[in-house]
Amino acid sequence: MTLDLLRFTTAGSVDDGKSTLIGRLLYDSKQVFEDQLAQVAQASERRGGSGALDLALLTDGLRAEREQGITIDVAYRYFATARRRFIIADCPGHRQYTRNMVTGASTADVAVVLIDARNGVVEQSKRHAFVSALLGIPHMVVAINKMDLVGFSRERYEELVEEFEGFARKLRGGKNPRRIDTSYIPMSALDGDNVVEGSPRTPWYDGPPLLEWLEQVDVAYDHPDGRPARFPVQWVIRPANGAAAPAAGVDAGERLDYRGYSGQLASGALRVGEEVAVLPAGARTRIAGIDTYDGELEEALAPMSLTLRLEDDLDISRGDLICHPDEAPAVAREFEADVCWMAEQPLRAGARYVLKHTSHSSIAAVDAIEDVIDVHTLARVEPPAQLELNDIGRVRLRTRAPLAFDPYASNRRTGSFILIDQDGNGTVGAGMIAQTPVVLGA
Amino acid sequence: MSVATRPQLSHLRALESEAIHVMREVAAEFERPVLLFSGGKDSIVLLRLAEKAFRPAPFPFPLMHVDTGHNFPEVIEYRDRRVAELGERLIVASVQDSIDQGRVVEEKGPRASRNKLQTVTLLDAIAEHGFDAAFGGARRDEERARAKERVFSFRDDFGQWDPKNQRPELWNLYNGRIHKGEHVRVFPLSNWTELDVWEYIDQEQLEIPSIYFAHERQVFERDDMLYAFWEGTELLDGEQTFTETVRYRTVGDMSCTGGVRSLAATLEEVVLEIASTRITERGETRADDRVSEAAMEDRKKAGYF
Repeated sequence: MTLDLLRFTTAGSVDDGKSTLIGRLLYDSKQVFEDQLAQVAQASERRGGSGALDLALLTDGLRAEREQGITIDVAYRYFATARRRFIIADCPGHRQYTRNMVTGASTADVAVVLIDARNGVVEQSKRHAFVSALLGIPHMVVAINKMDLVGFSRERYEELVEEFEGFARKLRGGKNPRRIDTSYIPMSALDGDNVVEGSPRTPWYDGPPLLEWLEQVDVAYDHPDGRPARFPVQWVIRPANGAAAPAAGVDAGERLDYRGYSGQLASGALRVGEEVAVLPAGARTRIAGIDTYDGELEEALAPMSLTLRLEDDLDISRGDLICHPDEAPAVAREFEADVCWMAEQPLRAGARYVLKHTSHSSIAAVDAIEDVIDVHTLARVEPPAQLELNDIGRVRLRTRAPLAFDPYASNRRTGSFILIDQDGNGTVGAGMIAQTPVVLGA
Repeated sequence: MSVATRPQLSHLRALESEAIHVMREVAAEFERPVLLFSGGKDSIVLLRLAEKAFRPAPFPFPLMHVDTGHNFPEVIEYRDRRVAELGERLIVASVQDSIDQGRVVEEKGPRASRNKLQTVTLLDAIAEHGFDAAFGGARRDEERARAKERVFSFRDDFGQWDPKNQRPELWNLYNGRIHKGEHVRVFPLSNWTELDVWEYIDQEQLEIPSIYFAHERQVFERDDMLYAFWEGTELLDGEQTFTETVRYRTVGDMSCTGGVRSLAATLEEVVLEIASTRITERGETRADDRVSEAAMEDRKKAGYF
């Protein structure tokens, strides 16, 4: 079985019918089990619906959500077709829950943006499209939903495509051009038009229904293995330090001398014998072996988890980054980043946070807030005194220890970080390192 | 559409790599992690992932089983054998001890179950050993409250889960910072489905307890489920025991885990059966989830697995 895994996020306002769409995808692709269906039927009846199955209830998880008919938090759904395994990050669209939208988008390959055909491209849809673009999602499929309520009007559909395309042009342009593919599908999630099956009610639409589009979209170029190799060291395996344990395939003497550097290859490929640099110190050595539990490899590809043995006995610990010397990332203590703020307590210049980046943490000071993005116009506006909950702005940070990083636009793994409140320990911010980092005093 | 220039990892290899990454993060960021091992299929997969993450060294954490005293004997036998093979340390936290010490009161009657009592035993053991992270085998596809839970799921100093106040979890950057007395439940299999687990067991040729395969057993029927008849069973009026060929989809207490009629006697047959099933594993086999629309949500908030 060599199905690949596609992760997508749905984004939409409460009333766009997002939960109904997901419910429809699961239901029509026969992923709903009988006992789940029975639960939904029961709940639909109790809530005094029209007697029809309320598919949105399939995805409403928590009691408060069912009582209030809203989605509070990111929920993950799983389904498979003969061609692909899918993971849906189902994100709420309330303004106050934008942090969840960012969370869901951070791991997605594709964004499904919902538009209510009656209401047009409202701020909420723009916000979600913007967040998806900012988080580096290269493919957006715009589901123009509730077409049944506009009489499946081709004119209305084309009007909305044009309106959204105007916005997408802004997303692609600006200071840092991005590649964003957009596709459009006229849909009625409630009735199932163009979700899993094509619709006889949109004879003028010759594209695929949503599920077929999701099965076919090529995300290969976005996978991390075409890029420079980045291997953040997570854990050092030194059996000599531990109690005796039987270990398959390794005899006692060999085991005592064993020293391996474990981690998940964030991007690119590594081969036995290649010269590598260990950052931030910059020492060089060669790869002596690539170990996995299932045996040694000649070559490793992202996103494999593996253990490297190196030819020289260097001082390497968690948080160091192994790469090819001629493709090294920036090493710096100061840089700029777009930060999405996720806490009630605002972010202010001068504040300090714990910054977690790849496999290590450092203290970071906020030296300046450069601007905040108006998500409606996409304009970067005057530096504010602080970033409020759900604001996204450019921030200048300085860390205590040097970081080895790439711009987020070239590498999601080595270009991202989270900010953690030093006292409360909550995750308060999500950061994406900017294209042109300020490289100072490594 | 263009073809990928490099081979992609299969979805099982991608899920495996993600889970190994999670386990190593926990080993690196916590002082006293523990892996909850029940002898069930999900925790069996966790053990294999721990081998993949930490061999040739020993695991940087002990294993712990919360033993209700009502487990299937086949599972306890398997548990001890597997732990011995691995050469790792097992802690057994016993619900019977919690009852004897007066920490919990045993339910009475024919529908009594120790399922709820486990939560107290688990939280007591976590406090007693000072564990700050506990690996569990829960998956998001199991149940709708779990669909919203983080991979690193924060528990306050009462062991409670607050679903409306979870830490955002972005990329693969997990926040493992906690205060003393708090802990984190960690679910490396969050993104796996039941079918993935079975396919992985098949791929890795993992041994599993015999009750997962079709076997003859003395059972009785209650609430449309087939329960094992054992010395703790109190039959209700009209209930009769009979012999049936069953297997189990989940491993829980004998008192609340139902078997399914099945002839699947090999791993391949079980995988085929799971791939074509029309009922979720918890819906088919777990009485504890049927109590109310939000049964799992309530138990999770109280500190359940």
